[in-house]
Amino acid sequence: MSTRGQTHLWVVQRVTAMILAVAVLVHLVTIIGAVRGGLSAAEILGRTRGNGAWFAFYAVFALSAGLHGAIGLRNMAAETIGLRGRGADIAWLAIGLVTAGFGIRAAYGLFA
Amino acid sequence: MAEPASLKVSVWRGGEQGDFARYEVPARANQTVLDVVTHIQRELDPSLAYRFACRVGMCGSCAMTVNGRARWTCRTHVRKVVGADGELELRPLANLPVIRDLAADLAPFFDKWQRAQGRFQPKDAPDGAVPEDFVVVPPASKARREADAGIECIGCAVCYASCDVVAWNPDYLGPAALNRAWTLVNDVRDGAHGDRLDAVAGDAGCHSCHSTQSCTERCPKNLDPSSAIAGLKRRLFWDTLLGRR
Repeated sequence: MSTRGQTHLWVVQRVTAMILAVAVLVHLVTIIGAVRGGLSAAEILGRTRGNGAWFAFYAVFALSAGLHGAIGLRNMAAETIGLRGRGADIAWLAIGLVTAGFGIRAAYGLFA
Repeated sequence: MAEPASLKVSVWRGGEQGDFARYEVPARANQTVLDVVTHIQRELDPSLAYRFACRVGMCGSCAMTVNGRARWTCRTHVRKVVGADGELELRPLANLPVIRDLAADLAPFFDKWQRAQGRFQPKDAPDGAVPEDFVVVPPASKARREADAGIECIGCAVCYASCDVVAWNPDYLGPAALNRAWTLVNDVRDGAHGDRLDAVAGDAGCHSCHSTQSCTERCPKNLDPSSAIAGLKRRLFWDTLLGRR
């Protein structure tokens, strides 16, 4: 990967970190609010079904988490076990997008 | 601390493969680690290889690993680093090839200064000719203060030997080369900012730094390469995000 590409990965990781800082906070506050008075599937679905704002929030959250985690793992693998190169980069990108895809699919399941 | 009558000095002998030799050196007041090494070479074993020049903390050639930590030996008093039983362990600098005994090969270290474009490139004279006019550089300007903060580097490689990221990734440019690049990025007379930022970006450049600050902690000149690297990251972040490069 070119140094410009590596710089872009770094920028993506920092920007997703900023998004995650806010998203995790919203997520935790929502959990604390949701479990008050007992947690039920009907209550969760009542909040999320058909609600575009929640779906958009969790889609962005999942995409950020997937990319952020994969870029971090790429760095850790390079530094600790020397796993570097084009094949590894493609694999990490795939892992990041698949992770994000699972998250977005779950959010869509609550929306649709 | 009470000083023992003699020092028990373990000195690395050999190249990459080698072993410690033990020497007994008389302890003296105000003795530096370099004095100890010089005593061994002059009085006990003339075959010992080590490097020094100025003896006053200017040239950056006498750095070694003293009791597990990279230091400039000419300005390191024995009493500050010696154990209670008078033990000293001396190795060549880490993260560099060993030539012999206490002499490390600094070629990879200085090659990386070149790779990081650590040389001044006059803005209006790209061929290296003398510019036609003087540039007015206000000493109190932010850029000049950033540059001034890092220009006293003596190239001793203590930061490089102390850096975990260099140990993990032999291609990593290291704190000194990146610190040098940051001084030039802040030099308004320099005309190679774009090329230099390209040279210091990415996995082998500033973006691999974990900001653990061993370089800043151990720099004998009290420079702050860690902040210089953070400055490069910040500049590259905004330039990339705003499409300026």
